[in-house]
Amino acid sequence: MNHFKFLLAFFGLILASVSFAAFDDHRFPFDDEGLKERYEALTYELRCPKCQNQNVADSDAPIASDIRERVYDLLNEGATDKEIIDHMIDRYTEFVTYKPQMSFGIMWLYIIPTAVLVIGLAFIYLRSRKTKEAAAPEQIDEKEQQKLNELLK
Amino acid sequence: MNRWIYFAPAFLVLAIGGLFLYVMVADIDTKNIPTPLKDKALPEFALPSVHDPDEILRNTNLSDQPYLLNVWATWCITCRVEHPVLYRLAQDEGVKFIGLNYKDSRDEAIDWLAEYNDPFSKNIYDEEGTLGFDLGVTGAPETFFVRGDGTVAYKHVGEIDYDNWNNKLKAIYESL
Repeated sequence: MNHFKFLLAFFGLILASVSFAAFDDHRFPFDDEGLKERYEALTYELRCPKCQNQNVADSDAPIASDIRERVYDLLNEGATDKEIIDHMIDRYTEFVTYKPQMSFGIMWLYIIPTAVLVIGLAFIYLRSRKTKEAAAPEQIDEKEQQKLNELLK
Repeated sequence: MNRWIYFAPAFLVLAIGGLFLYVMVADIDTKNIPTPLKDKALPEFALPSVHDPDEILRNTNLSDQPYLLNVWATWCITCRVEHPVLYRLAQDEGVKFIGLNYKDSRDEAIDWLAEYNDPFSKNIYDEEGTLGFDLGVTGAPETFFVRGDGTVAYKHVGEIDYDNWNNKLKAIYESL
């Protein structure tokens, strides 16, 4: 059974190290659980300015670590989420957030596809009404009926 | 209804495709993000000079003349490449450089300047990178083109070499 004990201890150790890693996720201690959640949400939403496409929470770049540190400091100073995001945008432009603020330019990204969809649906609806009208049997008068009967003979 | 309307979706696709093609073919730099400090004053700061810890440099006492604020560090390899170019520009063309020593050690910075010449008329010692952060610096080297009134005209990311200096940056410097 010595073998078994060894294996148990071995995997126990591995498991312990894993849970440690998960626990000690960042080097910033929070007393307040609410602040910690906001920290995680903010670093998830902020984008590393130096990386291809990585958020600040994920990136090892020095600049991402600076931003994490600044987010931590600002949170502890009592800044709101919006103040923190604006603080970063002032320094690193809109690029730094994955949720761009609504602006005149960005508005069109929402308006154009919606407008195209609405126009397309309206077009299809109008067309379907027209074909229905066209498909309805035309009324023919007596003279035409006679002609038709003769032709059908 | 006009039968041309049936071609509307095709035209729309062509228009969007044309726009994409234009952005791809035309030399539009989508990677270089313009600095949000453009036409704004430098952020406030009070940091010691590299050479003299007792000399405090502030945004207000840096210079009355236009200058280039060059972010550098001894750990930055590209800065080592850029350095002789800055020195020659300072010597030959009288370009005014102010250094921002970024997240570096003072002793190493002083040794470096002694060994490889010093193009900087002043050198800010930003050990923690706080001024760098307020400037939106993402790494070194970066160079800010600052007007005599302390407002930023342009930011260049990466090294300055003779090629980009002669083709682009010199004109920006002269327009300051």
